[in-house]
Amino acid sequence: MAERMEQVGDEGALRAAPLPPGWDDAVDLEAPPATIPDPAEVDVPDALRIEIERLMSLYPDRHSATLPALGAAQRVHGWCSPEALRQVASVMQVTPAYLSSVATFYDMLRTEPAGSRYVYVCTSVACHVRNAKKVYEAIAEQAEAQDLEDVQLREFECLGACDMAPMASVDGRFVGPLSSDDAPEFVRQLKAGETVLPGRGLEDPGYSIPVPAPQSDEPQEHPSVHAAGGEWPGDEELDVPPAEGPPSRRRPIVEPLLPGTSVAPEPEEDEE
Amino acid sequence: MSETRVLLANIDEPDLHTMDVYERLGGYRSLRKALLEMTPEAVLAELEESGLRGRGGAGFSMGKKASFIPKGSMDKYLCCNADESEPGTFKDRLLMQKNPHMLIEGCIIGSIAAGANKGFIFIRGEYELQADMLDAAVAEAYEKQYLGEDILGSGHTFELVVHRGQGAYICGEETGLLDALEGKRGNPRLKPPFPANQGLYQGPTLINNVETLCNAPIIIQHGAEWYRQYGEGNSTGTKIVSVSGNVQRPGNYEIALGIPVRELIYDLAGGPPEGREVKCFFPGGSSAPVLTKEHLDLPYTFEAMAEAGSMLGSGAIIVVDDSEPLVPLALRLAEFYRHESCGKCVPCREGTNWTVKMLERIDEGEGTPMDLELLDQIQGNIIGNCLCVLGDSMAMPVASMLKHFRDEFEQHMEEARRRRDLEELTPLAAPEVAAVPEAGPV
Repeated sequence: MAERMEQVGDEGALRAAPLPPGWDDAVDLEAPPATIPDPAEVDVPDALRIEIERLMSLYPDRHSATLPALGAAQRVHGWCSPEALRQVASVMQVTPAYLSSVATFYDMLRTEPAGSRYVYVCTSVACHVRNAKKVYEAIAEQAEAQDLEDVQLREFECLGACDMAPMASVDGRFVGPLSSDDAPEFVRQLKAGETVLPGRGLEDPGYSIPVPAPQSDEPQEHPSVHAAGGEWPGDEELDVPPAEGPPSRRRPIVEPLLPGTSVAPEPEEDEE
Repeated sequence: MSETRVLLANIDEPDLHTMDVYERLGGYRSLRKALLEMTPEAVLAELEESGLRGRGGAGFSMGKKASFIPKGSMDKYLCCNADESEPGTFKDRLLMQKNPHMLIEGCIIGSIAAGANKGFIFIRGEYELQADMLDAAVAEAYEKQYLGEDILGSGHTFELVVHRGQGAYICGEETGLLDALEGKRGNPRLKPPFPANQGLYQGPTLINNVETLCNAPIIIQHGAEWYRQYGEGNSTGTKIVSVSGNVQRPGNYEIALGIPVRELIYDLAGGPPEGREVKCFFPGGSSAPVLTKEHLDLPYTFEAMAEAGSMLGSGAIIVVDDSEPLVPLALRLAEFYRHESCGKCVPCREGTNWTVKMLERIDEGEGTPMDLELLDQIQGNIIGNCLCVLGDSMAMPVASMLKHFRDEFEQHMEEARRRRDLEELTPLAAPEVAAVPEAGPV
């Protein structure tokens, strides 16, 4: 592919980036169309199979589980590789073609190996007016300087955290506001596997946005109102014990394979 | 001027996301009231009477939407649209992260009004923290039998599933959301039939935004009349406004609809940084046509924004100050919509692409005055010609920028062209003229 591109000499004529293995094979028009894989022939990691079957049971129509199932397969394989699609297809009993039609539509489903972790830097409108582009460039420059590997770094459309602008999502953890000066530390911590910019994540204790407004002495124009509760006339307070901290929120994440591979691990012998 | 906190009243309470704290503050009592003391018709009537309008962008009356759901024994569904992807909007993120039970209670009350027995919260995949918190909250609600079969012995059954998207702006469009929920590419559908008649799995479906559904427990608790005291005219209630961009204190502020925009931007959000002025602002997310500083004294209501030629949309104000050049901003905006266009309709797919190309040309100094005319014309050809409003969402703000700031576009184009000319002339001025390669056929 790359050679042909050089021959043509026009980057726009063919895809600029070389395609990942498995996606640039020519279509064999003589072959029978891809069918639903036989579950007996496909080796699916047990954890993935159980997860997909659980997802399918949630919906009246099993097809609805496609998006979360592909997400689960991506957590196992690192990307939606042809093998990952075949495994999902065999559990869900759909064609791999149907799954690839879905996988190519969504931004978070990767159709090429890009690293097992991700950093999305928002450069959309609200972040744009706060110089997000410079932040992204600084991080990209540092990533190259520090040889950051196995991390998918990309610009992303609005992540819904414009109050933190400019911001980035590191494996789902929102950090911000960022500046170009944060880039070296950001990349160093990312590379070392540490928490990136501790204290500046959305879920970190004590993190608050907006900055509290200065208190005005004027009385409020509207009465203070309590949402979904507050005072219920003629109703005694419920005797509820105090909360014991937040419930654990992280889903168990299936151990990822090495990037670029998509082979199911051998099932452990001592199982069952 | 201060905020009017109704939805966000308890938002600073620690551990509000747990069932214990939420119940201690009176949570799920509206649900008991709606289930045990009211008929489904009364719940629907209360919602309709409150005048609550959809907070997701279209501003359609929620009660009316629910009343379109046909009666009968067919499977009906409730979908909560938590695919908050509109640039500038982050109110639902706050609600789901801090107060997930309020949303769940709202969903159950919505399901009573619509007669739905199965519900889905379609949350965007990027909100991993919020989705995990919702998952935990839903599990708690099942444990307490607020969800499941025969809720609190009332005979009403409601199952709720948190469904994670995988990153596509178009899934915030209600029919695109339905397709994504059915496991397909998120392409919008032709309307009619509207989802209220034929939606998810071809069944009647009520689709509402997170903030809209969060209002339901409050309306049931205090009554429609109490709710109507807030707001102005047909814009009743409070609205969480996400203020972002060039302001000193970006964040979510809950206000009674009808306060002047100036108060929102200057008093609550702190206004633009020192020494700068508001050049323009998007009053309802990046899809809303921009307004200028002349519009700062308008009341923030659905009607006033529409009259000024824009819209309240999802209630997200993005402020742009006078140091920001508009052409790169318009370009970034158009790039967003080009990226997110699903490709189903030609005007949107091609229109967004050509808009980007033309703005790039203008920005790089290749533009001609005719390009501005053409740019304007393209926007006119997109608006109203697609299945959904994604194309319009780009065309309207770009066209409005051109309308209000045409001088700046022309000036930017001129300057870029002069800069490019200078760059092209420089090598000619160098004395390397002798190094001209031999011309002619070989």
